[in-house]
Amino acid sequence: MKKSAIDIWVGLFVTIGMLAMLFLALKVGNMSAVSFAPTYTVSARFDNIGGLKSRAPVKSAGVVVGRISTIQFDDTTYQATVTMTIEKAYQFPKDSSAKILTSGLLGEQYIGLEAGGDEQMLADGGKITQTQSAIVLENLISQFLYNKAADTGQDKGDTKSGTK
Amino acid sequence: MSLKSTSKTNPITNLLGDFGFFIRRNITGLGYAARMFFLVLMRSGGLFKRPRLVSDQILFVGNYSFVIITVSGLFVGFVLGLQGYYTLTRYGSEQALGLLVALSLTRELGPVITALLFAGRAGTSLTAEIGLMKAGEQLSAMEMMAVDPLRRVIAPRLWAGIIAMPILATIFTAVGVLGGYLVGVPLIGVDSGAFWSQMQGGVDLFDDIANGFIKSVVFGVAVTFIALYQGYESKPTPEGVSQATTRTVVLSSLAVLALDFLLTAMMFSN
Repeated sequence: MKKSAIDIWVGLFVTIGMLAMLFLALKVGNMSAVSFAPTYTVSARFDNIGGLKSRAPVKSAGVVVGRISTIQFDDTTYQATVTMTIEKAYQFPKDSSAKILTSGLLGEQYIGLEAGGDEQMLADGGKITQTQSAIVLENLISQFLYNKAADTGQDKGDTKSGTK
Repeated sequence: MSLKSTSKTNPITNLLGDFGFFIRRNITGLGYAARMFFLVLMRSGGLFKRPRLVSDQILFVGNYSFVIITVSGLFVGFVLGLQGYYTLTRYGSEQALGLLVALSLTRELGPVITALLFAGRAGTSLTAEIGLMKAGEQLSAMEMMAVDPLRRVIAPRLWAGIIAMPILATIFTAVGVLGGYLVGVPLIGVDSGAFWSQMQGGVDLFDDIANGFIKSVVFGVAVTFIALYQGYESKPTPEGVSQATTRTVVLSSLAVLALDFLLTAMMFSN
């Protein structure tokens, strides 16, 4: 097969393209987040998951230790079942708690794991029982208004009956 | 196919007739183009035995577009860096400049601008080449020798375009990100660590980079095929070739923008 100069230039062109692809994948994208470490699956039930999405991170002490794989609605308990995969390198006690937290004030939501004190660790397919749902802004506001109304009502009541 | 209406009496009937003729001609043309597309795909099998044909075309279509794509990418990156910075300072989020530049490029600007430039540079040269082959009766001569012009001339160029477009789009995006970095960090003073870490946190490999890649492949097929079809169906005169070249650029650009909308709606809707 005769080699010609054209082959070299075309090969160079394709190589530069592949290098650009590599640069994009490693430096620009979050390929480092796509880890191939072995994982185990754990599930948890929440009353309200707020804005949690699948593939959101699972963090403990702020460090990403896993990802959420699926979110399903359980119509026997009327709760949301969240299945997450945690890297095998990190073991959590059986009584760990899972909270839904928000990064920043209005950022994306993630699950925060806090380790408990049990000696036995969560196994593959285990369930986290201590959970705290997401904070829904509307509930917070209505709670605040209700408290405010209750306070002013109490003040008015005090001044009226003259017990102040 | 019906002839243009020649009624001398009623201008409205003339107009309707012309309009009907226009629609029919375009629909027939679409059908013919679709048939030719599938014929070319089916007859591409022989290219595995002669890959030299494809790589020669990649030189003409890809290598020779390399300079314009790289320089354009650099300047688009510069502009994105500047404009992005000016807009982000309004909301106090200058640190997100890297994210803005990278997402704009990988999702939209990389594939689309590369496709438009590719249509202008490589598309027109393909159309002109095929049109001149047709005008010089080379295609008919090939058919006389029982060499299928679709297999020998069109198919290598189509595959060269499909291969070269994603490569060019990736190069454009990468150079654009570097251009944004050059303007943002040394020139303006955005923090280098924030630039890259925000970008890496926000650009997803499968959702953004892969989708941009798929877009560039689709645009490559569209632009290259429109260029080849216009050349193949051009009138075999010098004016015919020049008309075909203009039509290539116009049709390819419109097709790229329309396909971009469709693909974005399909890929990025939540």
